[in-house]
Amino acid sequence: MTTRYFGAPIPRNEDQRLLTGRALFVDDVELPGMLHAALLRSPVAHARIRKVDVSAALQRNGVVAAYTANDLGAFWQPGPLLVPPPPIDGIVFNLRTNAPLAKDKVRYVGEPLAIVIATSRYIAEDALADIVVDLAELPAVVDLERALAGGASLVHDDLPSNISAYVRQTKGDYAAAARRADRIVRRRFHYEHGISSPMETRGVVAQWDERSDQLTMWDTTQAPVFVRNGLAAMLNLSERQVRVIAPFVGGGFGPKIMMFYPEELLLPWAAMKLRRPVKWIEDRLEHFVATTHERGQIHDAEIALTNDGRILGVKDVFLHDTGAYDPYGLTVPINSQCTLLGPYVVPAYDSTFTAVFTNLPIVTPYRGAGRQHGVFVMERLLDIAAHELRIDRAEIRRRNLIPANAFPYDNKIIYQDFAPLSYDSGNYEPILDKALEAIGYRHFIEDEQPKLRAAGRNVGIGIVNYVEGTGIGPYEGARVQVQANGRVSVATGIGTQGQGHFTVFAQIVADQVGVDVKDVDVVTGDTDRFHWGAGTFASRGAVVAGNAVSEAAKVVRQKILKLASEYFECAEEDLVLEAGHVSIVGVPGRAVRLGELAMKANPMRGAVKPGTEPGLESTQYFGPPGGTTASGVHAMIVEVDPDTFMLEIKKYVVVHDCGTVINPLILAGQIHGGVAQGIGNAFFEKLIFDDTGQILTASLADYLLPTSLDVPRMELDHIATLSPLNPLGIKGAGEAGAIPVGPLFAQAIEDALELPRKGIELLEIPLSPGRLWELAAMAAGS
Amino acid sequence: MDIDQHRISTAVNGARHTKTVESRLLLSDFIRHELLLAGTHVGCEHGVCGACTILFDGLPTRSCLMFAVQADGHEIVTVEGLTSGGDGLNPLQQAMHEKHGLQCGYCTPGILMTMTAFLDANPSPDEAAVREALSGNLCRCTGYQHIVDAVLLAAERMRGARP
Repeated sequence: MTTRYFGAPIPRNEDQRLLTGRALFVDDVELPGMLHAALLRSPVAHARIRKVDVSAALQRNGVVAAYTANDLGAFWQPGPLLVPPPPIDGIVFNLRTNAPLAKDKVRYVGEPLAIVIATSRYIAEDALADIVVDLAELPAVVDLERALAGGASLVHDDLPSNISAYVRQTKGDYAAAARRADRIVRRRFHYEHGISSPMETRGVVAQWDERSDQLTMWDTTQAPVFVRNGLAAMLNLSERQVRVIAPFVGGGFGPKIMMFYPEELLLPWAAMKLRRPVKWIEDRLEHFVATTHERGQIHDAEIALTNDGRILGVKDVFLHDTGAYDPYGLTVPINSQCTLLGPYVVPAYDSTFTAVFTNLPIVTPYRGAGRQHGVFVMERLLDIAAHELRIDRAEIRRRNLIPANAFPYDNKIIYQDFAPLSYDSGNYEPILDKALEAIGYRHFIEDEQPKLRAAGRNVGIGIVNYVEGTGIGPYEGARVQVQANGRVSVATGIGTQGQGHFTVFAQIVADQVGVDVKDVDVVTGDTDRFHWGAGTFASRGAVVAGNAVSEAAKVVRQKILKLASEYFECAEEDLVLEAGHVSIVGVPGRAVRLGELAMKANPMRGAVKPGTEPGLESTQYFGPPGGTTASGVHAMIVEVDPDTFMLEIKKYVVVHDCGTVINPLILAGQIHGGVAQGIGNAFFEKLIFDDTGQILTASLADYLLPTSLDVPRMELDHIATLSPLNPLGIKGAGEAGAIPVGPLFAQAIEDALELPRKGIELLEIPLSPGRLWELAAMAAGS
Repeated sequence: MDIDQHRISTAVNGARHTKTVESRLLLSDFIRHELLLAGTHVGCEHGVCGACTILFDGLPTRSCLMFAVQADGHEIVTVEGLTSGGDGLNPLQQAMHEKHGLQCGYCTPGILMTMTAFLDANPSPDEAAVREALSGNLCRCTGYQHIVDAVLLAAERMRGARP
């Protein structure tokens, strides 16, 4: 087999449709007789519901239906738990999931109270104003520490406190490590991650076909198969009666995998009841409360070190904001807890978190999924330790890296996929070296920075490490089939939101089956085309689905060669598979088209041998034994304006190891985009709530996404340490760009403004020009 | 509310459309759901993200900030009008493809329309000018670098193709 495509930077198969306006997104679905829904959302964060009366709305011309929780009958029930808590000793987990419409209480601004269905979206929104709502407001739980104090208002009245979960994981003996330590650095850190804010908001179209007893739902989900399964169960249908299609989805980054969003249940339910298709498209203002956030944690962390900067242990106690409900389980805080350890040897670790219910929108993973929080704590502790111990920032990191000969490296705690947190492979020091060289670390610190500082310029450098657990199970599958026209189709159950699946999966297949990459048609996210799978999350598409595609393609290759050898009456070894044909080595002119073989593999008449399967087709599944750990280093040089605190990124370097690379062009795009979101998180984006739980930043004019003027040109480099956990040796790359940007900003800005000398430490993310000004003013005032 | 209707006539991608519309109907909704030109996307409906950008009498304009009635007697070009039918890509689209200037593709139509007008007026831009012109269109996937590369490549090729 030749590898013409695998590993090559080829442009994408899916671009043609997207560039000419012919790609189908959910809001592009137009159906005869389609109705439109709008939701009435709670204007307050915490209240008892006295009355929701939709009778006036029903009088409005064009309104077809309006429902409250009481109208849902037996269909009204709290949703499922999406991710059960991992098996950790002593774990506390209080599951409270959201229902399609609030019944007795509302628990966050934006929680749906009623749905109106009308002949147009305009009329449906008009009718929301007709609904009479009587709410008895309660004190809102917003602050994490006050949420746990005595006398706090209770988000869930049936629980004794606002504790959603409590988890302690330990490794080694931290108390003993601390006793042995030359130095202990202890700080409090605040880290907030915002909202993923994909350019396409969420949307659902549901259609019930009475003639075929078939429900079809177009949904902006990252996990169509699980939405299908859950929906069938809740509607009392069999899975084969429900088709969920995630067509082109305009970005996801995590929040499009929540289950269930109320609209994903209300729309199909209403479509069945009304026997008409119904569409709902979230508007951007709704999106800020109706789609999940990631938000914040408060860490009280300490690191114990020797005088030469070796880590003896880390202790961390943190609070995690889970929002009003916790349907996604513990994925985010477990990721924070596990990823804190980074690429470092940490002999003793004692980490405890308390997840806290608040009267704020639900928290679920957003690109990085809590890893940022942990990485920030560790990298900042190392920066402060380096300063106190007078060790270079890069050097203290180097001294603590897990050595290349120590893999697989067992961290002796449990990860989000319920498996032990074990790093499968890695080679960290060369990555650090490459990054230091690319950013010009020594030259900058010894030569450039002193000169620029002498000229009054505030320039600084930062360098941070991270690891990322990627490619977790359970499994994905794929079906590869040669069509009669010679094209090859691939179907898989994961959804796609821009990652290039139509191209990378085609690359894998094209080499195996010997066709042009443009002759491979990939279908993702349609449960009638492939009905098994888990979804697109945890940087797992290429790793898990990619390997399933590869295994299926290998079987199809074998079937092609076997059939062709029978056709030519020659040995399989004498056959060549390329350019859509099978030919015989050294016999020019003797060739058969793949399409022709596909037809031969499905005879219309005659007898076949026992055990014969029709077609040149195979369905294969792949489930890794555990997640595979990618790693990398980001480095940056910045200049900060000392008056406005605006910063200019002079240089940005990413060196990354995600094992085998299928398509370097697409990989670069993933890194660029991740860094852009990391920059947004570090310096621009902040969800602000007042103390009644009202969001103050519910527009793109208030919640600032980085623009082309804010995201710099990046220099990328890679090393490839293959994963032993999958045949292709792939590690995930989707989240890597976003993970370490917070501590990088904090470190580089501190350096640029010489803050440690002024007694100022940046212990929080997001920063902003305004926040830097405040911190500087506070330090000057004290 | 009394629903007032207006008869409007507008040329979209060279084709004349005469329709009766409600006065409050957004131009973006008119283009997408009345004319069924769904290539124009809506990202924020408050004029920040730029996904709904069209050419309105040749100028890049946010169709979510206009009403359909305001298009009466005017000319509109949408992403569907960038190529004259068929499967071809124009130089800007081709460069976006080659440089991987799109991921989810949702913001892409708006970016194509903004950059089409920009390259018309600025055939020889440098990177800073491209970034400035692009800064009114939000993209959440790409980090912009590949879009900037694509616009610069398209400019170079379009200059080369000029007589």
